[in-house]
Amino acid sequence: MMYDFLVDLTGSPILSGIVMSLLPLFTFILPFALFAVYLERKVSAHMQDRLGPMRTGWHGWKQTIADILKLIQKEDIVAKDNDKLLFNLAPIIVFAGSYAAFAAIPFASIFIGTEIDLGMFYIVAVTGLVVAGILMAGWASNNKYSLLGSMRSVAQIVSYEIPTMLVMLSVVMLSGTMSLHTLSEMQTGNILNWYILGGPGLSLSKFILIPFMFIGFLIIYISTLAEVNRTPFDIPEAESELVSGYHTEYSGMKFAMFFLSEYANMFAVSAIVVALFLGGYQSPIGYFGNLIGAEWLVPFEQFGWFTVKGVFFVFVQMWLRWTLPRLRVDQLMTVSWKYLIPIAFVNLLIIGLISIL
Amino acid sequence: MKEYLGNIYTALYTIFVGMKITFKHMFVPSVTIQYPEVKLQLPERERNRLYVNMDDCIGCDQCSRACPVSCIDIETTKSLPGEDLGKTSNGKKKALWVTNFTIDFAKCCYCQLCVFPCPTECIYMTDVFEFSEWERDRLVYDFATLTPEERQEKRDNLAKFNAEKEAEKLKAAAAPKPDVKKDEPEVK
Repeated sequence: MMYDFLVDLTGSPILSGIVMSLLPLFTFILPFALFAVYLERKVSAHMQDRLGPMRTGWHGWKQTIADILKLIQKEDIVAKDNDKLLFNLAPIIVFAGSYAAFAAIPFASIFIGTEIDLGMFYIVAVTGLVVAGILMAGWASNNKYSLLGSMRSVAQIVSYEIPTMLVMLSVVMLSGTMSLHTLSEMQTGNILNWYILGGPGLSLSKFILIPFMFIGFLIIYISTLAEVNRTPFDIPEAESELVSGYHTEYSGMKFAMFFLSEYANMFAVSAIVVALFLGGYQSPIGYFGNLIGAEWLVPFEQFGWFTVKGVFFVFVQMWLRWTLPRLRVDQLMTVSWKYLIPIAFVNLLIIGLISIL
Repeated sequence: MKEYLGNIYTALYTIFVGMKITFKHMFVPSVTIQYPEVKLQLPERERNRLYVNMDDCIGCDQCSRACPVSCIDIETTKSLPGEDLGKTSNGKKKALWVTNFTIDFAKCCYCQLCVFPCPTECIYMTDVFEFSEWERDRLVYDFATLTPEERQEKRDNLAKFNAEKEAEKLKAAAAPKPDVKKDEPEVK
């Protein structure tokens, strides 16, 4: 484990704790956010037969770096009637909420922030902080559009957390663990052991499970999409109706924090979906490192697989964003309460029944 | 119940149809034109920056008079009797020094009205349309080929010539005139 290794190396649990907690931010989230913003712009451009950024560097690869530099230099505007304390605190809370989720996400067998047994529960609980942050941002902005946006966002996240948790629960019932690390370890070997294909082992019930696991996968993907406020569920930000929702009043680095947390969230939910259903960091075809006898290579391969899977689902999120129009508020609630929750619930019952067979 | 399942089916089916279309478009060549590097061909009758070929200009001032916004400013100086100014490419004899020929493109409305009256076809539209400047003064283009010293020289020459002529005239007026009956018709 990385933490133990660091403790051995530095001899100080505090120092290694700090390093461990900052490591995902600097090795993963910041580069990922830069890359994802670039990818989003390129994907959207090409889907609309445009080119996207082309000026800065080869095919504009330096564009997001330039944007971040610009955002750092920008004036930090706080309007007169804003609630200063909440206004300044909100982006930090939103980012903390989305960043805290990364603590329980296993990037590789040796690279996981904290190996708590309640990993899934922790993620669901801690991402609830984002809701509070968004509501704070909307309220403190003292702006009707911001408040409307944040209220919509809260309603949306609260209602879409239910199908997410029901599907998570069905996987927890099957696997008997809430730790994402253990869950990933269970799906080792080959692609047949992934939970989307019924989980580890070979038995009759596994094959009966496959369609229900697939339904569960679809439900959790749709509802996590709604939880991170991405199109078609981006009604909290709805540019055409609400200017830009709860970050209308934000500028400069605070806006960048919201932006960063949005992209961090995108990866976090993709990572949860991947860890639950698609084997987490496990390779579907075995490890090259094991093949040539270089054991040290395996964690790097795992990290690579995890990133590839996560980025693929981030790409699908973008793909959906540039395909589908935004839902109305009532349609949004209909999708959650009339479709996703009943189906997820029935699905949970069926999976429960099958698992006791 | 039927409607419920139908809705789910329609939703999923239409999402996949849409995703298929957007995915296809990812590999369609983009329609963007990378402007400064790649330029579209200009339309056939485009009107852009004017150019004056001073070798052919006879200084007739017709373009300046045709201009609706008075952006062409021409000053001509008569040549002296002995001077040979050459000919234009279509055989017209030049008789005037063009001592000033400026076009203010800040005023120009690109109507092309100056192009048609020109007897020697020396003022015409080019295909240059990217000539923005930071200073408005820099949009005043001077087409006259003479150097400032030469221009002054031409003006001085003419003034000197006129002065001499005037002096001769005065001399002639001072001399007694022969008595000629101009008004009466000649008797045949």
